[in-house]
Amino acid sequence: MSDVEEAITRAHHDEWARVVAALTRRFGALDIAEEAAAEAFATAVERWRADGLPPNPGAWLTTTAGRKAIDRIRREHKRDDKHKEARTLHGDTPPEPLGAIDDDRLRLIFTCCHPALAVEARVALTLRMVGGLTVPEIARAFLVQGTTMEQRVTRAKAKIKAARIPYRMPSADDLPARVSGVLTVLFLIFNEGYLASGPGTDPVRHDLTTEAIRLTRLIRALLPQDGEVAGLLALMLLIEARRPARVSAGGELVPLAEQDRGAWDAELIAEGHRLVRERLAAAAAGEAPGRYQILAAINAVHTSARDIRDTDWSQILALYDQLVRLAPSPITALNRAVAVAELDGPEVALAIVDRLAEALAGYHAYHATRADLLRRLGRSRQSRAAYDRAIELAGNTGETAYLTRRRDQLRPDGPHTAQSR
Amino acid sequence: MRYLVSVIDDKSDPGSTDRRPAISAFNERLIAEGYWVFSGGLAGTDAATVIDNRGEQAVFSDGPFVESKEYLAGVWVWEAPDLDVALKLAAEASKVCDRKIEVRPFL
Repeated sequence: MSDVEEAITRAHHDEWARVVAALTRRFGALDIAEEAAAEAFATAVERWRADGLPPNPGAWLTTTAGRKAIDRIRREHKRDDKHKEARTLHGDTPPEPLGAIDDDRLRLIFTCCHPALAVEARVALTLRMVGGLTVPEIARAFLVQGTTMEQRVTRAKAKIKAARIPYRMPSADDLPARVSGVLTVLFLIFNEGYLASGPGTDPVRHDLTTEAIRLTRLIRALLPQDGEVAGLLALMLLIEARRPARVSAGGELVPLAEQDRGAWDAELIAEGHRLVRERLAAAAAGEAPGRYQILAAINAVHTSARDIRDTDWSQILALYDQLVRLAPSPITALNRAVAVAELDGPEVALAIVDRLAEALAGYHAYHATRADLLRRLGRSRQSRAAYDRAIELAGNTGETAYLTRRRDQLRPDGPHTAQSR
Repeated sequence: MRYLVSVIDDKSDPGSTDRRPAISAFNERLIAEGYWVFSGGLAGTDAATVIDNRGEQAVFSDGPFVESKEYLAGVWVWEAPDLDVALKLAAEASKVCDRKIEVRPFL
C-alpha cells in the first residue's frame, strides 16, 4: 500500500464518524452528512494522490465535506422543502443543549442506536454512519440483498427525519438505558463476526469482529467511566484473542478445550485482563457488575489457564451463578451446565440441560452440548441423534464440520464400548 | 413538531374501564406544559361507517376500514420538540390509559 492509500485508509477509520457527526450537527440531516462525507473521501483519494497529504487530514476532510454539503443543498435550494436546510448556510445553527457528555460522535451513535428504530436498522445504520462501511459491505456481512440493506438504511434515515429523532446525547436519567442499547448493537455486530451464519460464509468474519471492537473502543474513549462498556470491550478482546486458534487448517471450528493456547493473542488477552481487573476493583468498591462484566470475568478465567486442565471451573461456576441471578436466560443456564459437567460430572449437567429442552429446542448449541454430555456418558445412540439435530440447526460451515467429525467418531453403545476402551 | 398519538385497545384483551379520572389529570398536565393540542376518545368500531365515493356513486359500508382485534380507541395530537419528548409522554400515557400507544409524526 502506498503512503497516500495508507493515509486515506487510516483517515477513513479515524475520521469518518467525526466528519459525519460534525456535518449532522451543522446540517441536521443524516443523509446530507453521509453523502457529503462519502464525496469528501472520494475527493481525498484524487487530491491527496496529486497534491500529497494535507497537514491535517481530519480538518481537510471536514472542510471539504462541509463544502460538498453546501453545494448539494444549493443545488436543491429551489425546492420549497429545502428552505429550512438552506438556512443552515448562514452559519452554524446554535448547538443543541448539552446532555451528560458533549461529543458529536457520541450523539451520532445514540441517534443510530435509538430505541425507536428496529434492531436490524440500528445495526445497519451504526455500521454505515459510525463505522463508515458501505451499504453493500453491510449487506454482505449480514447475508441480505444489497437492495434490502439499502432500503433498511434509507428507511431508518427517513424515520429519524420524519419522526424527529433528536441528534442529541440522552439526558443523564436516560443514559444507562440508552448505553445498554448501544452495547447490544455492538455485541450483535461482534457475534455475527465471531460465529458467522449462513452456509456460504467463512466461519469467522474478522472484518466484523474488528469493526465491533473498534467501535466499542470509541465508546470506551467517550464513556470511560461506564463499567459495562469496559466489560463489553474486555469480553470482545478476550474472545477475539482466541480467534487464531478457533478454526483448523481444514476449516473446522476448534472448541475451547482443543485449542492451541500458544496461538492465542497474548496482547489482546493482557489488555482484556487489565480491563477485567479494573472492573473487579470497582466491584470491590461496591459497584455492582453488569452482564458484560461478568461474561468478561468468565472469559478472563478461561484465558488465564495455560492448559484446559488448569481451568478454575469452580470460579467459572460461581460467575455463572452470579450471572443467572442478574440476567437469567436459558442460554446462560446452558453455559453454566458446561461448568457443572466439569465439576460434578456429565450426568448432573445432563439433568440441568434436559430441563432446557423446551426453551432451546431450536438452538444448535443446546443439541451440541447435550450430544457431548451423552457421548461422555457412553450413550452413543442418543448422542448421535443429538449431533444430527445440532448439525441440522448449525448455520456455520466450521461448526458443521466439527460436529460431523464428532458424530462420526462415536462408538457403538453398550458393553462393546467398555471392551473397546 | 406535531404527533398523532393513538390509543390502541384490544378486543380480546381490553384495557380497564376506570381510566377517565387519570386521563383527565394527565390532560391537565399536558395542557399546563404546552404539549396538548387536541384529544378525544372514540366510540367503538361498531359505530364506524366507511364511505367510498371514488366510483360513480358513494358506497357506504357498516364497520371499520379494517377488521382486526386491535382498534383505535382514542387519539391525541401533541406538540413536542422531538420524538424523545413524545416517547416519554407516550410511555406515561400508556400507563395512564392502560392501553398500547402509537406515536406518529404529522408530515
